[in-house]
Amino acid sequence: MADKVLMKGNEAIAEAAILAGCRHYFGYPITPQTEIAAYMAKKMPKIGGCFLQAESEIAAINMVYGVSATGKRVMTSSSSPGIALKSEGLSYLAGADLPAFIVNVQRGGPGLGGIQPSQSDYFQATRAGGHGDFRMLVLAPASVQEMADLTVKGFELADKYRMTAMVLADGTMGQMMEPVSLDYDIKPAPEKPWATNGTKMEREHNIVNSLFLAPEELEKFNFDRYERYAYIEENEAMYEEYMMDDAEIVLVAFGIAARVTKNAVNEARKFGIKAGLIRPITLWPFPKAPFAKAVDNAKAFISVELSMGQMIEDVRLATECKRPVTLCNRAGGMIPSPEQVLEAIKEAANGGAK
Amino acid sequence: MSTTQFLFSGFGGQGILFAGKFLAYKGLMDEKQVSWLPSYGPEMRGGTASCGVIISDEPVGSPIVARPDVLVAMNLPSLDKYESTVAPGGMIFADSTLIERKVQRDDVKVFYVPATKLANDNGTPTLANMVLMGKILKELNDFGEDSLRAALGKVISAKRADMLEVNLHAMQIGADLA
Repeated sequence: MADKVLMKGNEAIAEAAILAGCRHYFGYPITPQTEIAAYMAKKMPKIGGCFLQAESEIAAINMVYGVSATGKRVMTSSSSPGIALKSEGLSYLAGADLPAFIVNVQRGGPGLGGIQPSQSDYFQATRAGGHGDFRMLVLAPASVQEMADLTVKGFELADKYRMTAMVLADGTMGQMMEPVSLDYDIKPAPEKPWATNGTKMEREHNIVNSLFLAPEELEKFNFDRYERYAYIEENEAMYEEYMMDDAEIVLVAFGIAARVTKNAVNEARKFGIKAGLIRPITLWPFPKAPFAKAVDNAKAFISVELSMGQMIEDVRLATECKRPVTLCNRAGGMIPSPEQVLEAIKEAANGGAK
Repeated sequence: MSTTQFLFSGFGGQGILFAGKFLAYKGLMDEKQVSWLPSYGPEMRGGTASCGVIISDEPVGSPIVARPDVLVAMNLPSLDKYESTVAPGGMIFADSTLIERKVQRDDVKVFYVPATKLANDNGTPTLANMVLMGKILKELNDFGEDSLRAALGKVISAKRADMLEVNLHAMQIGADLA
């Protein structure tokens, strides 16, 4: 254990980003993720990197666009309302096929909302990160270790597929401290022959752009992009299964909700209820395989969320509505208790699921 | 007990978060699984501060401490708010310099520690938290100087290394209480 240190989730993201070769951070403060910016402000100047507090979230995401166009690893971070402001930039990044790493440490909404933990940006991250047809890779850590691991993974995936990778965390994950080991074998970033980093008079100009006025051309970019997305759906889905071998009541939860749910699954097992947990680690692509496997033996699925029920739609799609799916939730910054989840499990086990 | 849940609560500035971080590091040094989760609401600005620490032999599930086994209350609002949440058979450590009332529960073990007075008398008024910590670890039969030193080394920056002995002494004061 000697190599482990206690870190806040936010700090773990910042340090992992630096280890992954990120030397450009642009952001604007907002609770509960400000420690990321604070860490970067302290560290980046010492390692020849750039920390810049932008005048707004919109400015920050467009700075990300600019640096990414030069081929460098770059990131920004914010919390829910701040991510909403960045959505135009996220769409432009997608339209220009630029890699970027984004962190959303979610807080309660809608509107300015509150500052306590939430998962109510699931739709925003997996469906509507901005206008137009595009997807983002969405990674959902459930521990401080995963905050770091998925940051490294996020930079790698973003470069590999030339798209945005987003870590979708919440206030609890950002603020809590757990032991973390930051021992990574970082692969060098891939060659980026498209980068606008100077022709040295040796090649044609590279152009990074998302404006295509000829619809035939724009359509082709969209179709090509969705071929890439289809490949990602086949190959990049990540998940954890917990006590799923004989599970009849299948809980589905990510992030902090998965931590709470694990406690409830353990309790349910003491009552002789065969409960299990599927924890999506990628929210897009949403992992379909464990649901296809679970659905035969399952009597019911319960989606546990810190929202009014967003992931539940993906659970229904992944189970093809073959079994009842119910919601166990809190919202607005509240967190379900293990007791609340246990009650939902008992109800489902008694056939109470509607 | 394979899992112990601690809740520290008091005013901002009493070293609530520091005490929790120290305990979490001590758990880490003792090769336990640990988590530390602070309150981070607007109340932190001059109001109450709290943090939950879980130390376990197994991976920590939910990091949220809703039913603490050990409550450390460093002011009256904290005792008022959290007394009822303590697990039956659990422990409450109250700073009796700042909390005049008694604990109402009769199904928990209660320790009244005049921590703020003891810290003041010792000339280290900011270390009431560590006086309490000494008493807590003593009662949990977990007061081993080597592991305390190692954990302090993790939470006290190298620039403030002189504070290590001072913190250790404050804990000793708490541990020496009858």
